Amino acid sequence: MNLIQTLVNGEKGLFKPDTLTPMQKMTLRFVVVGLVYYLFAVIEGMLMRVYEVTPLPFVTQQQFFAILTAHPLVGIFGSTYSIVFGAFLFLVPFLMKKPLFSIKLGLWTFWLIAIGTFVFWFAGFVSHYSPLYTLYWPLPADFSQFSALGGAFFILGIALVMAGTLLWVINIFATITYTPAGWEKQPSGALIKSALGLTGLKNLLSKKKKEHLVSLPVAAIARGTVDTALNAVVLTFTGVLILIYMVAALLGIDLKHSAIDALLYKNWFWWGLDLIADGLVLIFVAGTWYLLATMITGKKLFMENIARAALFVEMVVSWTVWSHHLMSDQAQPGILKILSGEMVTAFELITQGLAFAITLITLWSARPLKMTNPLKFLLGGLLGFALAVPAGIMQADLGLNRILHNTQWVVGPHVHVAILVGLAMTLYSAIYLLLPVLTNGAQLYSQKLADFHFWAHLLGGIGMGAFMGMAGLHGMLRRTLYVNGEFNVYMILAALCGLLLLSAFLAFFINVVMTVGVKGVIGIFMPAKIKTQELTPAEK
Amino acid sequence: MVDTTTVLAGQTIAYTCYVLTIMAGMGWFAYQISKKGGTEVKSGLFYAFVGLLVVIGVSLHIITHETIPWKAMDLNRAEIQPDKEFAITVSDHKFILPAEKLVIRKGEKARFTVTSNDLTYGFGLFRADNSMLFQMQVLPGHVNDILWQFDRPGLYSIRSTEYSGWKGINMIVRDAVEVVE
Repeated sequence: MNLIQTLVNGEKGLFKPDTLTPMQKMTLRFVVVGLVYYLFAVIEGMLMRVYEVTPLPFVTQQQFFAILTAHPLVGIFGSTYSIVFGAFLFLVPFLMKKPLFSIKLGLWTFWLIAIGTFVFWFAGFVSHYSPLYTLYWPLPADFSQFSALGGAFFILGIALVMAGTLLWVINIFATITYTPAGWEKQPSGALIKSALGLTGLKNLLSKKKKEHLVSLPVAAIARGTVDTALNAVVLTFTGVLILIYMVAALLGIDLKHSAIDALLYKNWFWWGLDLIADGLVLIFVAGTWYLLATMITGKKLFMENIARAALFVEMVVSWTVWSHHLMSDQAQPGILKILSGEMVTAFELITQGLAFAITLITLWSARPLKMTNPLKFLLGGLLGFALAVPAGIMQADLGLNRILHNTQWVVGPHVHVAILVGLAMTLYSAIYLLLPVLTNGAQLYSQKLADFHFWAHLLGGIGMGAFMGMAGLHGMLRRTLYVNGEFNVYMILAALCGLLLLSAFLAFFINVVMTVGVKGVIGIFMPAKIKTQELTPAEK
Repeated sequence: MVDTTTVLAGQTIAYTCYVLTIMAGMGWFAYQISKKGGTEVKSGLFYAFVGLLVVIGVSLHIITHETIPWKAMDLNRAEIQPDKEFAITVSDHKFILPAEKLVIRKGEKARFTVTSNDLTYGFGLFRADNSMLFQMQVLPGHVNDILWQFDRPGLYSIRSTEYSGWKGINMIVRDAVEVVE
């Protein structure tokens, strides 16, 4: 096949969308949209990287901060939520060997997240609504800087994403507990207890040990889903609160900002927001590492009971860890700063360190292993969190926070290394591993492009985080602009690393398109021709 | 008092050593995983690693409490009598200072109490080379105060360290604080 034929039909014409089940199509749609939004986030990130070196003539300062507001939200909701939700809608039934509770509900989630992300991104693009994702009160309701109408559409977009998220939560828990038609009645109570870790907890206190009814990755997904649900509730409530101020402003009524206590609001919002950063992300990632390690090796997980206990501890930790975001808030009680901010946060070093060690030892137990794409990206993901978690623990210290808070250190070695290297490389590992399963045997177009993807992403991600961190240690703040080139040496180097990240993604994107072909990509979005609830087509 | 640059230099060295070690370790692991060899990992090694994580997690905060002087001072600031007090107001993206220049003698403890009339801001002191001396958040409706001991002469600019909308990026008062002999 020549290049054009491969572009149209995919590598060797192996990918045939007509053979896909509705479940495969739904999962692939989530992945495609997630990757498109990742491209949005990377381009936005690159624009900001260049802007930090020299202002771009076609981007105003207001536009810059609108991009800064949309960038993490598009990255987390539009990209990560799409890919993770799609993958877990496939994996939970796959691991439990039963059909998904509702494909229709899954498709609703898909559309709500896809449309919701576009709505808030577009509202920010047009109106320059830019209170950043932290929404510190009363900034989101400051209509001397922002348009109330633009803000209302922005919040509407977030609300659509949250609605899709809540439907996803229902679908996951229903899939774990329901009894499919024609099946023997499932013990829903025992299943939910096992998934949430209550069975494991009871086993610790009782001599009579009960069997775990759900596998470890499903337990991880269930526990992360609890945090996803709580987070959606907090964000939805906060969105409604802000919307009330916006609607009032549009009606000409000026509501007093002082009606909301800024510190109480900050505690509430960070409690909920941190359920993503220090909750579901860490739990989902640990669960994915375990799944990938067992699938790559074909072996049982090392110290599975400890891993289950660590996941439970991580869930409880995620509910009590928020105060490390308020260590520079002098009105925050000191006891919360020490207990929640320092001590509980230090537990994340332990829980994530456990997951890191258990995954590595499981891999080690199966050596020699072939250095496949899933394995090398998994190792990259493990390295990312090994670098980013200690960076976070350092800034969650009362002494160090005084000189690190809101600097580029926070967003470089901690946030971007965790998300770009740790999380993204773990997701890439899962995508490379599941690609043949989801496409009924499509063959990767180019291993050379996959190798370039790996090295460019790894070096770009770590390099960008490192140079941002160096700038932060020299006092460079995040969330502002330095217009006199004060930190240009670091920012130029960070921008070059950003360029490497962009190149890595383009290599991956081309590789995927050439693997499935343009016809294949279009076919993913066409209705399935096979009517079945099964995950993959029946063997002939 | 130990200067913030000394603390940051220590942090840079410690974190760089850690990064190089973990990257080398992962490189070694990636190389070894594709080679034939022993596969057994003793559970004792695993538990020792868990113990190490616990020790590191707890000891970091104890070490900083004992070595970073402003940490204990910040927690006990309500009981400490400062040598100088400055009340600063922030309103409409502007710092309103009690004097054109806030002068402090070397060795003195100064308390900065910053009140916001509208938005959430930040308050930080920065050296001429843009490096940070310290910062805090400034929330409307709350007392935001920080106590700091200045033990060397210098000239500092005040800068908002929190995003308060695009209007806030120029919230800098150059050379507003001077520490004299």
